[in-house]
Amino acid sequence: MSLLTIEGVWKNFGDHSVLRGIDLEVRSHEVVSLIGASGSGKSTLLRCVNLLETVDDGAIHLDGQEITDPRVNVDDVRKRLGIVFQAFNLFPHMTVLDNVTLAPRRVHGVARAEAEERARELLDRFGLGGKAGSYPDQLSGGQQQRVAIVRALATRPKLILLDEVTSALDPLLVVEVLQVVRELKEAGMTMILATHEMGFCREISDTVCFLDGGVMLEKGPPEKIFTEPEHERTRDFLRAVLDSGRL
Amino acid sequence: MTGRPQPGDEGEGQPWVKSERQHERERTRRSRARRSTSIATASSILFVVLVVVLVTNAPGWPRVREAFFSPEWFVRALPDVASGFLLNIKIFLIAEPLILIVGVLVALARTVKAPAFFPVRALATLYTDIFRGVPTLLVIYLVGFGLPALRLQGIPTDLATLGIIGLTLSYGAYVAEVFRAGIESIHPSQVAAARSLGLSHGKTMRFVVLPQATRRVVPPLLNDFISLQKDTALVATLGLLEALRQAQIIATSKFNYTSYLVASLLFILLTIPMARFTDHLAARTRRRRA
Repeated sequence: MSLLTIEGVWKNFGDHSVLRGIDLEVRSHEVVSLIGASGSGKSTLLRCVNLLETVDDGAIHLDGQEITDPRVNVDDVRKRLGIVFQAFNLFPHMTVLDNVTLAPRRVHGVARAEAEERARELLDRFGLGGKAGSYPDQLSGGQQQRVAIVRALATRPKLILLDEVTSALDPLLVVEVLQVVRELKEAGMTMILATHEMGFCREISDTVCFLDGGVMLEKGPPEKIFTEPEHERTRDFLRAVLDSGRL
Repeated sequence: MTGRPQPGDEGEGQPWVKSERQHERERTRRSRARRSTSIATASSILFVVLVVVLVTNAPGWPRVREAFFSPEWFVRALPDVASGFLLNIKIFLIAEPLILIVGVLVALARTVKAPAFFPVRALATLYTDIFRGVPTLLVIYLVGFGLPALRLQGIPTDLATLGIIGLTLSYGAYVAEVFRAGIESIHPSQVAAARSLGLSHGKTMRFVVLPQATRRVVPPLLNDFISLQKDTALVATLGLLEALRQAQIIATSKFNYTSYLVASLLFILLTIPMARFTDHLAARTRRRRA
């Protein structure tokens, strides 16, 4: 059974429809990538999944429960999801350790000592062991993004959403963040990632989805999408990416 | 980890030896800095001398000096005005925390979106609208003379308490707006990050938004508190013997206004530590981040 099911989801901002009937299924341990130009709806789709945006039509099911039902407690849904943002969005007034332990302690009721122990384990695992006491503005962009990933992992989510997590980083720092995502895949984490890193997307994804103007034009295994896409628009997009030297 | 070269980090290259060009640059900078200091000192002295000469040569200066700057009256007024000033400090110290509590609660009430809280939100808006509009002096009159006249049970009749209530109501509205501005200045992405971790609206406010907002509004808050220190003098209108009232009594009975100067100096003495405290807080935050 699939962990997440998205059925005919629409999202409008004013007169503009950003998502136009999106369907998607994500199984446990699957890595699904969303590709497409800026404004194609990748980020909006992720924000709909963790209910930061309210869908205007359609339904999203998590673990068999319809989470787009207005009667559902959004905080309970978000407890089971993690999201990492393009701009990190770490809490600047807290140390790395406090950023990571905030949700386990205040939402999941984990005792401080236990939460900190787990946080330190995770920070060590991702090469941030020495940074527990630092503030976000003392870290490089790559370190900040890795902290943001650890923060999302600290509550043991069933699904992690990665929203263009490398778009704000220089090429050297991109490498260290992508390495973290690789490790998550090896650990069996279910992930949906919106990305512009085509090479990485091809390497890590089980399924690649091409979004164009709020429509999911094409979806399939990476070899298929990258080598023999069915759609003209997909070919155009991939060619443009290739020409810009990012594949 | 970052791969960026750090100052003092020699890496693989040669150690840095200051070039003659750099030595020359630094000599020029030093001599320019010396010149700026000399000019600043000279112009400050000139300015002070000009003001003193202008004031002391005014036709009415001898009488003003006698009425406002009499050393004899200064010494005679000091004990009474200073003892009155203790009341100002007391009122300030009690009113300030109350104002902070009212300000935060009202600002938070205006952020709650749940429909059940509509009356709370509307009330908070009404409160800030009204009490920012009514002059503090009038609020103190209304509270000081109006409340006890109701003769309700439990309503305080102590004048200082009534004065504190009046000041709290008036300043609470200003401080609420300061906090609200601080809350609204926190980028929505911070709220999104907190909510996405499962934090409720209340917990997001408590752990993420308010701590950041409070740091940002410390300078305007302290400004309001300096203003509050002065406005404690308004309770004089209720007949409380605080610094201004004491100075007034001396001035009107002895026809010498030096007592006002005494009161002014005492108020300044209170506000200056406040300003230094603000600087200290700012410096501490910078050090922590360094």
